[in-house]
Amino acid sequence: MNGALLDWFRDPANWTGPDGVPTRVAEHLRYTAVTLLIALVIAVPIGAWVGHTGRMRWLVTGANAARAVPTLGLLFAVSMLVGPLIKSDLAFVIPSIAVLVLLAVPPLLSGTYAGIESVDPEARDAASGMGMTGSQVLWQVELPCALPLFLSGLRSATLQVIATATVAASVSLGGLGRYLIDGLASRDYTQMVAGSVLVALLALVADGVLALLERYAVSPGISGRASRVARTRATSRATADSTLSVGPAGATALAGTSSERDRT
Amino acid sequence: MTWALDHLDEILTRAVQHAWLAGLPLVLGLLIALPLGWLANRKAWIHGTLLTTTGLLYTIPSLALFILLPSILGTKILDPVNVIIAMTVYTVALLTRTVADGLSAVDPATRQAAVAMGFGPVARVRSVDLPLAIPVVAAGLRVAAVSNVSIVSVASLIGISQLGYFLTDGYARTFPTEVWVGIVACVLLALVFDLVILGIAWLLTPWTRVRA
Amino acid sequence: MIRFDGVTKQYDTGSGTTSVAVDHLSLEAPTGKITVLVGPSGCGKTTTLRMVNRMISPSSGTISIDGRDTASMDVAELRRGMGYVIQHAGLFPHRTVLDNVTTVPRLLGVDKRSARARAMELIERVGLDPDLARRYPAQLSGGQQQRVGVARALAADPPVMLMDEPFSAVDPVVREQLQNEFLRLQSELSKTILFVTHDIDEAVKLGDQVAVLRIGGVLAQLATPATLLSDPVDDFVAGFVGRDRGYRALSFAAAPELRLEPEPTVPLGASAEQVRATGATWVICVGESGEPLGWVRAAAVTESVTRDLLHRGGTVASTDGSLRALLDAALSSPSGRGVVADTEGRFVGTIRASEVVPVIEARQAAST
Repeated sequence: MNGALLDWFRDPANWTGPDGVPTRVAEHLRYTAVTLLIALVIAVPIGAWVGHTGRMRWLVTGANAARAVPTLGLLFAVSMLVGPLIKSDLAFVIPSIAVLVLLAVPPLLSGTYAGIESVDPEARDAASGMGMTGSQVLWQVELPCALPLFLSGLRSATLQVIATATVAASVSLGGLGRYLIDGLASRDYTQMVAGSVLVALLALVADGVLALLERYAVSPGISGRASRVARTRATSRATADSTLSVGPAGATALAGTSSERDRT
Repeated sequence: MTWALDHLDEILTRAVQHAWLAGLPLVLGLLIALPLGWLANRKAWIHGTLLTTTGLLYTIPSLALFILLPSILGTKILDPVNVIIAMTVYTVALLTRTVADGLSAVDPATRQAAVAMGFGPVARVRSVDLPLAIPVVAAGLRVAAVSNVSIVSVASLIGISQLGYFLTDGYARTFPTEVWVGIVACVLLALVFDLVILGIAWLLTPWTRVRA
Repeated sequence: MIRFDGVTKQYDTGSGTTSVAVDHLSLEAPTGKITVLVGPSGCGKTTTLRMVNRMISPSSGTISIDGRDTASMDVAELRRGMGYVIQHAGLFPHRTVLDNVTTVPRLLGVDKRSARARAMELIERVGLDPDLARRYPAQLSGGQQQRVGVARALAADPPVMLMDEPFSAVDPVVREQLQNEFLRLQSELSKTILFVTHDIDEAVKLGDQVAVLRIGGVLAQLATPATLLSDPVDDFVAGFVGRDRGYRALSFAAAPELRLEPEPTVPLGASAEQVRATGATWVICVGESGEPLGWVRAAAVTESVTRDLLHRGGTVASTDGSLRALLDAALSSPSGRGVVADTEGRFVGTIRASEVVPVIEARQAAST
């Protein structure tokens, strides 16, 4: 099996043309990017608005409850409903993208909402008390503080989209899913495994890239990276300088921020 | 509607298969995640390693995992065991973090009181930490249940029998009614799972129902 | 000057009923002074404070600052013109200490460089190590965060400061430090400060004037701390001000010029002979610059005066301190003689309680 798999990857025919790995990867990435872009445009403003105003929280709950609808069923149902209405190559793409967007919206929505909701009310109060306008509070305080939860929503949306775009090959979408579905049709198990390896790799790489983004985009003051470095320094200073005592409040704050942000 | 009534037997049979494929992994996953989550709270490095590993496993798309498992385990591709194992992997990935969070969320004063009363480590986890973590673990289990029911239906693409069959079959025959029946059946099954977990958690945590 | 004119705030509690948080409040917070609003929880003190920068809008009445009705001012402009400090500091977790402090100047359009330069100055001024400027709030102790909160409020040099229980969330030792430094800062800056606390001791310590509010937002008494302690208007204020009022009121009575008893002193390490040569039962031991270190019992010295022989129970009063400190020094001294030091901290002499009490009685006679 492993030999056959290696041969598949070594075969130059699998690396060129419309069926080649680069084309399929590019397709898969394109669907994912387009989907996420549309979903972001929908979910972020709504999530930010709900989190900022605290109104219409049922939108978030509702979107989460919709997760119980099976992805595959949604994909087939929408394809059958919408597909015949479109008379072009897009007949497969549009329904698939629509379903992918539907799947990507809930995690983005609840990530944005929960992120903004989790902002320390005292920081928010101080911000408006210092004379920030509503949009300044949103852009300068709430959104930067919401970033970790928003990005974890983006990560789960991305994984969901990559996985479901694979499944969408069964409604004739391109991308890496083609290897799995076509391989199944022609009983070419090697091709199926090769495709699966590629999809898994793509998902891992995408998640890794987003994890890196999280490292750079999130302020060290929130991610807890700064605290971990500083903890030793802070305590050594405390013993040296008694007027700057590190109280129990500071100590718990450090512990809290670092344990929350250990994800992946 | 009439189609659904005509095929009630078949729907029920497949629903039972679906419940088995999604439900057994929930139980297995919980049994594995409990000790793992407990272990994760022992040392920071175990916490990091375990959660990173389970996070990576969760990253692998389901269809890919269904196809990859046979070549790793040496099973046949049509063997439902592949689905059971894949779903167990996802459940463990989801629940390890939840169990760790739930166990560590127990009020330190309560835990210290338990230690002071002479509970050993194992007895303490069983009679204090675990019961108090039930609400958190149940919440994680509900998420896992809903996602399992949805993912299992994907396995119909590789020919494993369950409610997903109505989806693939209905699409192949361009028969929307069958697809809708499949969708509704899946949602109902997810709802049943949700209610069962809620009910068990309710029975196990009488103290949360006491109103002061 | 902040002026409240018949200010009322009521909330709808549903089904047509309302609850009154602040009831026809009229008071003035004079320019350059600290006015403390104090009262039990539910007395509307925080609501009162938050109506000044219009975080809450009054149901009726007017609040004016230097004669300008706040309701007629632009909200953002109004708020940027007054410093705002709250209980847990409310620092922005994603910004460094330095960038937290520059917030308001940046909102006002000050360029980054000069905002930062000014911020560094303030960070030192509130007693923080400049190295902390690049840290994030999560890396600071509660007391340090509170100092940053004060520096941030001062950054745009606003004439008015609103402070809502700024020192309540830190432990008593740090709280006392923060209070002392706050008073030192205020003596340099002379801001018009409205300060909310539930702690009457803090109110009495910090306020130039104290407004005691009762539940329902009614002003019970507005007075200087000394008057509040010596002359509470009713049982509520008397009860709220608490016990030991007579003794605590002495904090506000400056120590008069009293004749101090000279006292033989010995340095640390003095021999047993030197100690006995003084002829006293208790001898005061002083450090190198003449600061009192503690009493030593002559009979206990077998070889020489060592640190562990020192009795440390006694407090030290300062010549520019209060009658309370003077009396306390005498009452806490093992020899019955209270240790007094000059403003430089050097030992100058002792005084007995029996010599302080006539001064107190004379004051009482003079005031009635």
